[in-house]
Amino acid sequence: MADPTTNGTPAPSSLRLKTGLAEMLKGGVIMDVMDVDQAVIAEGAGAVAVMALERVPAMIRAEGGVARMSHPGMIRAIQAAVSIPVMAKVRIGHFVEAQVLEHLKVDFIDESEVLTPADELHHIDKHKFTTPFVCGAKDLGEALRRIAEGAAMIRTKGEPGTGDVIHAVKHMRQITSEIRALTVLDDTELYAAAKNLRAPYEIVKMVAKSGQLPVPNFSAGGIATPADAALMMQLGAQTVFVGSGIFMKEGNIKLQVNSYVPGDVFRPTDMLHDKPVLPELIGQDVHEKHFGKLRNPIERAEAESRARAIVRAATHFDNPAVIAEASDECVGAMKGLAVGNIQEADMMQHRGW
Amino acid sequence: MDPTGSTQREKPLTIGVLALQGAFEVHAAMLRSLGAEPVLIRRPEQLVQPDGTPKVDGLILPGGESSTFLRHLERDGFFDLLDTFVRQTPTFGTCAGAILLATHVTNPSQRSFAALDITVERNAYGRQLDSTILREPTTLSADPLEMVFIRAPRITRTGPGVQTLASRDGDPVLVREGHLLAATFHPELSTDSRVHQLFLDLIEEKLEISAK
Repeated sequence: MADPTTNGTPAPSSLRLKTGLAEMLKGGVIMDVMDVDQAVIAEGAGAVAVMALERVPAMIRAEGGVARMSHPGMIRAIQAAVSIPVMAKVRIGHFVEAQVLEHLKVDFIDESEVLTPADELHHIDKHKFTTPFVCGAKDLGEALRRIAEGAAMIRTKGEPGTGDVIHAVKHMRQITSEIRALTVLDDTELYAAAKNLRAPYEIVKMVAKSGQLPVPNFSAGGIATPADAALMMQLGAQTVFVGSGIFMKEGNIKLQVNSYVPGDVFRPTDMLHDKPVLPELIGQDVHEKHFGKLRNPIERAEAESRARAIVRAATHFDNPAVIAEASDECVGAMKGLAVGNIQEADMMQHRGW
Repeated sequence: MDPTGSTQREKPLTIGVLALQGAFEVHAAMLRSLGAEPVLIRRPEQLVQPDGTPKVDGLILPGGESSTFLRHLERDGFFDLLDTFVRQTPTFGTCAGAILLATHVTNPSQRSFAALDITVERNAYGRQLDSTILREPTTLSADPLEMVFIRAPRITRTGPGVQTLASRDGDPVLVREGHLLAATFHPELSTDSRVHQLFLDLIEEKLEISAK
């Protein structure tokens, strides 16, 4: 992988290590997880990495408030529980959250529009960090500006937390068609193209010559089913991020994949001996004999089936027989929210510039 | 870079690259630059004929996440098929691929083909922040070898039949046992193609022996 800032000469070792890890993540699925139980399910299903965050985009969208970097204790617990890379998000421009995540030895930092932005003008200067960064983009100019700032991976933004793939498709098509358009320009035209893209000329020239981004290009934002994952891979994504699609059910409620722990009380959605918990037990303390028992084996199996099916579809993205089989084995899908019904001002994709 | 044996061939060597996940594209590009023909392998039937005869001259198991590879291999008898394949056909494992070939895996322990007599500790050098690029001496010809380590595993034991071709702080990082080659670093991310050339030479060697 050549360095976008020097155009062709061997990249400095730091950038090669950053894009090198992105190479290792290709052809897979990166899953948003909100606790250790979900991280273990993701790894067991074949995720190539997990994104540790306190609320998935669908919950942030529903609950509102300021969304920030995850609690360090939660990140450490997930790092201790799984052997695959652990990623975490920082607010756009919040370089101190990034310093904290680097200190925690997070494997990849996502400077993400899913969280509430911390700077109206500046993204993080990512060259200053040893930890690789991934950033979202809606179009080629945005992608190249992030690469100029030091991003080692781009993910098309889509519209997070919706389960509607339409803008993931839109942004991937936008970037690939803009790249194709660059490849037929002559040297003089490339200067004007750089001006129009609002991106550094050297990187624009590099993309024009190679016909691809100088860093891996992944896809995110609304991918909810095995067929969605395969669709994005066929459109040119090299890996997919799945956020709210695996661990959420109707009404923006988490699937219950965890166990009872000391101090818990029974909740209305709990299962006991594979039956809904009796009404008189709701609100009562969980008895010692239930510690370690799954709260809801049915919902855990549902989450596992979705995670496994999306992983298979991402690998066999060009094989309809396998995608059909994966879709068949997949239980349920998040209900989702059609992007067409979201007000422009509520869209996360317009954060970042 | 000295393209030895392979230039004399009429037909280029066909090398399978396991493409379930990971750095398969960069391996394929490196093979192409050396005149071999890479074939991406995602399904068992792409690797062997119905009678079990290999469709390729050799196989690369790339870097990626070994736990992800195993989930995919659990299906359709792919694990057992590869288990047999790697005992008979030249195979080169890098990073996660080396973990799959090893007799023993630790941190955590997991299933492997147990074809190459080494013990491998996963993520032994730490997390991505501890990834590094080193230049170390090797038994290969000419200059020290550039080695790109990414969340690398460590070979903690080699069996008596295993030859160490390069080391890092006393731990083997490039090893060979017969027709099997394994690296804990990523030669596909380097501009130095000597390790891939070594693998192609090893295949030529084996093909010459079986032709006699």
